[in-house]
Amino acid sequence: MILIICEQRDGILHKVSLELIGKARELATDNRVVALLLGHKIEGLARTLVDHGADKVIFADDEILAQYMTEPYAKAACAAIRQENPEIVLIGATYIGRDLGPRIAARIKTGLTADCTFLEIDAETGELLMTRPAFGGNLMATIVCPNHRPQMATVRPGVMLAAEPAARNGEVARLDISFEAADANIEILETTKISKEAVDITKANVLISGGRGMGGDFSDLRRLAEILGGELAASRAAVDAGHAEKAAQVGQTGKTVRPDLYIAAGISGAVQHTAGMEESALTIAINKDPAAPIFDVADIGIVGNVARIVPKLNAGLLEVISNR
Amino acid sequence: MKIIVCIKQVPDTNEVRIDPIKGTLIREGVPSIINPDDLCGLEAALALKDAHGFHITALSMGPPQADVALREALAMGCDAAFLVSDRAFGGADTWATSKTLAGAIQKLGFDLIITGRQAIDGDTAQVGPQIAEHLGIPQATYAHNVEKVCGENAFVVERLFEDCRQKVKVKAPCLITAISGAGAPRYMTVAGIVAAYDEKTVDMLTFEDLKGFVDEGDIGLKGSPTQVRKSYPKAAKGQGIVHEVSEDEAVEIIVNKLKEGGLI
Ligand SMILES: Cc1cc2nc3c(=O)[nH]c(=O)nc-3n(C[C@H](O)[C@H](O)[C@H](O)COP(=O)(O)OP(=O)(O)OC[C@H]3O[C@@H](n4cnc5c(N)ncnc54)[C@H](O)[C@@H]3O)c2cc1C
Ligand SMILES: Cc1cc2nc3c(=O)[nH]c(=O)nc-3n(C[C@H](O)[C@H](O)[C@H](O)COP(=O)(O)OP(=O)(O)OC[C@H]3O[C@@H](n4cnc5c(N)ncnc54)[C@H](O)[C@@H]3O)c2cc1C
Repeated sequence: MILIICEQRDGILHKVSLELIGKARELATDNRVVALLLGHKIEGLARTLVDHGADKVIFADDEILAQYMTEPYAKAACAAIRQENPEIVLIGATYIGRDLGPRIAARIKTGLTADCTFLEIDAETGELLMTRPAFGGNLMATIVCPNHRPQMATVRPGVMLAAEPAARNGEVARLDISFEAADANIEILETTKISKEAVDITKANVLISGGRGMGGDFSDLRRLAEILGGELAASRAAVDAGHAEKAAQVGQTGKTVRPDLYIAAGISGAVQHTAGMEESALTIAINKDPAAPIFDVADIGIVGNVARIVPKLNAGLLEVISNR
Repeated sequence: MKIIVCIKQVPDTNEVRIDPIKGTLIREGVPSIINPDDLCGLEAALALKDAHGFHITALSMGPPQADVALREALAMGCDAAFLVSDRAFGGADTWATSKTLAGAIQKLGFDLIITGRQAIDGDTAQVGPQIAEHLGIPQATYAHNVEKVCGENAFVVERLFEDCRQKVKVKAPCLITAISGAGAPRYMTVAGIVAAYDEKTVDMLTFEDLKGFVDEGDIGLKGSPTQVRKSYPKAAKGQGIVHEVSEDEAVEIIVNKLKEGGLI
């Protein structure tokens, strides 16, 4: 049995939860997938989890779980693990998942593999093979957890595929747990959403991404994005310099994307960046340095000055479109 | 108040290259540095020291060479430094690493522990929260600013998530994991470097020293639930074509490629 610790914020499911249910359906040798849902007034989300492939949803509904806080969530997750005794536990490798996962694994004394991008069952031993990037993405490591159960992993959002929803039947059960005031061992003073309207670049089919080489001017890239019906993205250097939103950052500490088209303009292609975009179907890179590593992951590389090529490209594309 | 900052000595992964023939990581000649997030943690601790005069201990687990990293921390302004080092600790995963560090921290005593969010070699970001769990104390991860609450044994921590900023109050004893914040990590001063080597010491903690704080079954390879089955360099994606052409030709190439892909 595989247990998925789902993530929701403000009653909205994080898509990684559905991706993990999709993957778990493939992996579960006994064909059984259970989803754990924690929050306040979230019971309604159970239906979505069932429709995406969960055989059973266990939920805990309590005011203390309304906003994510490590200890109450860890307490509930450990109770669910002890009750269900899963072979495997999967958690999304989001900020919340990577805050919660290690705490749970330490408490129940089992291994935790971080930020996995590939999961499979060893045909001989039946063990879960958990593959993940390390050393800034330079190295891939396959990790096993032979003598402790459950085998636990946090899994990077955007790399597994959710199943198409279908009307299914599943059991929905309340987790038997009670909380004490002392479980809220930190006090949340204030939570501010970062740019509410910020687009979710992981959902875009076309991403126009700029780096430090844009010299701080993203206006031509914005125009290019408009023409191609895409969204703006950026390297961390551009985000750190304040030229793009944090939510638009692609890479190891940003988002993992796999659009149909990724145009990298003035981005050197550090492994921490390419880790987040190398699954793109078509990558076009423009960089003035012929030795820039971004060219190693690009389908089409253009050596040249972005400040001159991008405006010309915009003009060329507009011409093509208007001649239709 | 006593603050312990955990620092890990790591290879500068930006300098790590892949041997194109053998397909292995080339580690020779790669400089060892203090993990970048840990420098942020040191800065946060030293800023608290500047404001309140807290006592700062730098703690690292690793081979004897990690002495250099701890001297650097002393030169930045830390008051004491300990190196947890023993063959018995070798091969530890995050469970055993955090258990060992938690044992050392318990022995040393603390009010606040600061770790980095993530080490750039192992890249798991698990050691901080796991130390907090072993010690049974609250954690505030992803901190970019830490301030002491006036008249209370508590801190206000500003945290950064993917989609929000959060301010939390957490009572000591507690653990904070640091990310880069407002203040850039300070440099070592010449006087600091002299003091780090002439006046201050890096004290070793072996398994023998930690007996009573950590059990033999919980350390090193034996205490580690996970094992690395295999590791291999990431396969480079099939290389595309790089064009060094005029700007007009470049535009034509891109436009044609987008047409071909049905993207316009
Ligand atoms: C732990 C860690 C996590 C990280 N996470 C991320 C992450 O999630 N995402 C990320 O992007 N980075 C990340 N980084 C940073 C990463 O290592 C690089 O520093 C960053 O990606 C560089 O951004 P850049 O390519 O925009 O800038 P640079 O590396 O400075 O590259 C600028 C490029 O622009 C080119 N250029 C300059 N002018 C022009 C011009 N006029 N025309 C054409 N080309 C031009 C230059 O040749 C150069 O290649 C991380 C680093 C660490 C240590
Ligand atoms: C390729 C590879 C993959 C691995 N994958 C996993 C895995 O998925 N799961 C797992 O449990 N183990 C894994 N390990 C083992 C893990 O890297 C080690 O246990 C390592 O000592 C700690 O993990 P980290 O480097 O990821 O640190 P992180 O958890 O990323 O470090 C966070 C912070 O903890 C502190 N810290 C960490 N280590 C030390 C130290 N030695 N001394 C002082 N402070 C420290 C620092 O402040 C640091 O910033 C892997 C090892 C390798 C080589």
